[in-house]
Amino acid sequence: MTATQIKPSTTSKKKSTARQSEAPTVPGDDLFERLTPEQLEAFGDEMDAIRQRVISQLGEEDAAYIRNVVKRQRQFEVAGRALFYLPPAWPLAVAALSVSKILDNMEIGHNVMHGQYDWMGDPGLNSRMYEWDNVCPSEQWKYSHNYIHHTFTNILGKDRDVGYGILRMDEEQPWRPYYLGNPVYALLLMTFFEWGVAMHDLEVENIVAGKRSIADNKPLYPGLMRKIRNQALKDYLLFPALTGPLFPLTLAGNATANLVRNIWAFNIIFCGHFPAGVSTFSQEECEDESRGHWYYRQLLGSANITGSKLFHVMTGNLSHQIEHHLFPDLPARRYPEIADEVREICERYGIAYNTGPLGRQLASVAKKICRLALPDRLTGRGSRDADVVADDAVAA
Amino acid sequence: MSIATTILRSRAVAALASPHGVDRYLEQVNPMWAAHEVRARVVDVHREVDVDGHPPVATITLQPTSTWRGHRAGQHVQLGVEIGGARRTTRVFTVSSPDSRHGDRFTITLRANPDGLVSRFLVEEARPGTIVHLSQAEGDFVLPDHVPDHIVLISGGSGITPVMSMLRSLQRRTHRGRITFLHYAQGPEHQIYAAELDDIRRSGHGIDVHLLHPELGDPALSPAWLGRLVPGYRDVPTWACGPAPLIEAVQAAYDGSEALHVEYFKPPRTATGSAEGEVAFSRSGAEAANTGASLLEQAEALGLSPEFGCRMGICFSCTSRKTEGTVRNVLTGEESSLPDEDIRICVSAPVGDCVVEL
Repeated sequence: MTATQIKPSTTSKKKSTARQSEAPTVPGDDLFERLTPEQLEAFGDEMDAIRQRVISQLGEEDAAYIRNVVKRQRQFEVAGRALFYLPPAWPLAVAALSVSKILDNMEIGHNVMHGQYDWMGDPGLNSRMYEWDNVCPSEQWKYSHNYIHHTFTNILGKDRDVGYGILRMDEEQPWRPYYLGNPVYALLLMTFFEWGVAMHDLEVENIVAGKRSIADNKPLYPGLMRKIRNQALKDYLLFPALTGPLFPLTLAGNATANLVRNIWAFNIIFCGHFPAGVSTFSQEECEDESRGHWYYRQLLGSANITGSKLFHVMTGNLSHQIEHHLFPDLPARRYPEIADEVREICERYGIAYNTGPLGRQLASVAKKICRLALPDRLTGRGSRDADVVADDAVAA
Repeated sequence: MSIATTILRSRAVAALASPHGVDRYLEQVNPMWAAHEVRARVVDVHREVDVDGHPPVATITLQPTSTWRGHRAGQHVQLGVEIGGARRTTRVFTVSSPDSRHGDRFTITLRANPDGLVSRFLVEEARPGTIVHLSQAEGDFVLPDHVPDHIVLISGGSGITPVMSMLRSLQRRTHRGRITFLHYAQGPEHQIYAAELDDIRRSGHGIDVHLLHPELGDPALSPAWLGRLVPGYRDVPTWACGPAPLIEAVQAAYDGSEALHVEYFKPPRTATGSAEGEVAFSRSGAEAANTGASLLEQAEALGLSPEFGCRMGICFSCTSRKTEGTVRNVLTGEESSLPDEDIRICVSAPVGDCVVEL
């Protein structure tokens, strides 16, 4: 697969350039075909129809699927914890525990906390009750992720996931010398991703900017401290202690599993919103947004990753970030089956559907992180064009 | 409590199973293993009454997990079943067997209500081996520890279950006092526990069983008739359970007497199909006529400030429990009438009467 990523072709680019006089340009969006309000409405209706159909089909298969994933996750966890008693099996133990933590955080935790399985009425799979194997308390994450990120996706100044308050991920974020460290911050964020996600809710960047006071964070501390204590206690004290003389090995193994999960989650999540070709939006543009426009923004603001069925499960189906952002509360196992349909609709409306293999999406994200570390005058404004061209070259 | 249970409930094990909890692991091995939750296996489904053209009544025998703390006669239990293997729905049923202790088997007796998902599932689809989810026993419609010398038990229809549990418990405890047992049924063929009650009527010492069928000419409940049957009945401790009209008649007859204890089942209120009815927010006590707007907007109009996020049904911040009534999802038009259901109030509009825990 070389050119699965649909980019605005030369023809559509010409068309959009021709229309720019009538339609106001959106920052970072000037490459894309713009839709008229009528087209947006029809597009929104098509999306609603997909949603409606899937909701009416939800039932035993979806329930059996998520229960099976939970079962596998528990098995991997127990196997991982047990294998630490066999020192030669250490790599295997780490692998099993890593898989367990990845499944717990992504295909189970992330999706359950989106309310994808609330219709089952099972307290163990309910968005209000689920707590994940991660130092970020689910209650706080649901606010910053389900509400802020999913409502204001890729709106600069509103969606705090753009750069996580640390990185420069868009040309519209003005360059400062601080951003020279962009690649280093990204590496640190990747390594300590679960901590980054937990600290994200404290909105440190807003405190620095004077938009939030330290006192506003006070109510968050008890939940955060409890969660950190519980997570640290089991991974860094109790389970290692239970293996007696193997304490240091088990401790290192648990830390490694957490690290593997962090690296994996960071990379999958960054491929969801930051590869070349993904749009960001201004706050003005999203005022009084119609339902169709909301769908349109979710679509342009997300990117998929192609891969095998197992790969999709291990990413929590966030490899279908586009479908996830269109329908965040539909069970994620449905995303692959609706992806073809979404893509077909996009082609009809001339909307870019950003997808590609993991390697290419990762390279694209890495390049963006590095390029945005430098001031725009060094990399050249309109770098998006350069990026697309370069990317095409890579793909070809 | 066994050593295993003590260990499973310890703080050390809870810390190891964090953040999911011990039960989330135990259930993967065997659904009958639990440290905190209560579940039960259906052991037997027995048809009590099966009259053509009427919903059947069945007694379900349940083997609970060792976490079941037992019940006192007259108490009820919340029971959840997974319908179609996917959606868990919970309803309340009274225990019909005598007092139970830790881990004891017990029974519930219920009519397969044509509109009742759970009761129909239990009577018609449950088989030995089916696993159900339970709460601990709840409710204070129970006998005192020292049962008075003379008591009256009054019931109607399937309201017989809690008083039957009391009667069976008293028999097992060889209660030496007198019990007046009155039960109203549509007709003799509808009589639940007919054979057992017949046995008791013939051989139960000190138990007067009166099975009444007003449609066949038996006297309806009235102060005069009750007075003839139990002189001075207003001072005799009485437990009554049944449909609302029967309970109203009993309450009128007892005229505020403290000797009367009642429990009755509210019939479900049906949807009216438009912006009619009353919307009630049960925690705050606010109530108003349904305006047809979303529940979030109606709550805000009443001065409440429920949590919300996106106001478009995607973030689940506003999820609240609807305890009664029907709501329509304004995005999909889908209506839903399940009691005790979590709904997103920003995209749910009430259809007729509706009660939300806010």
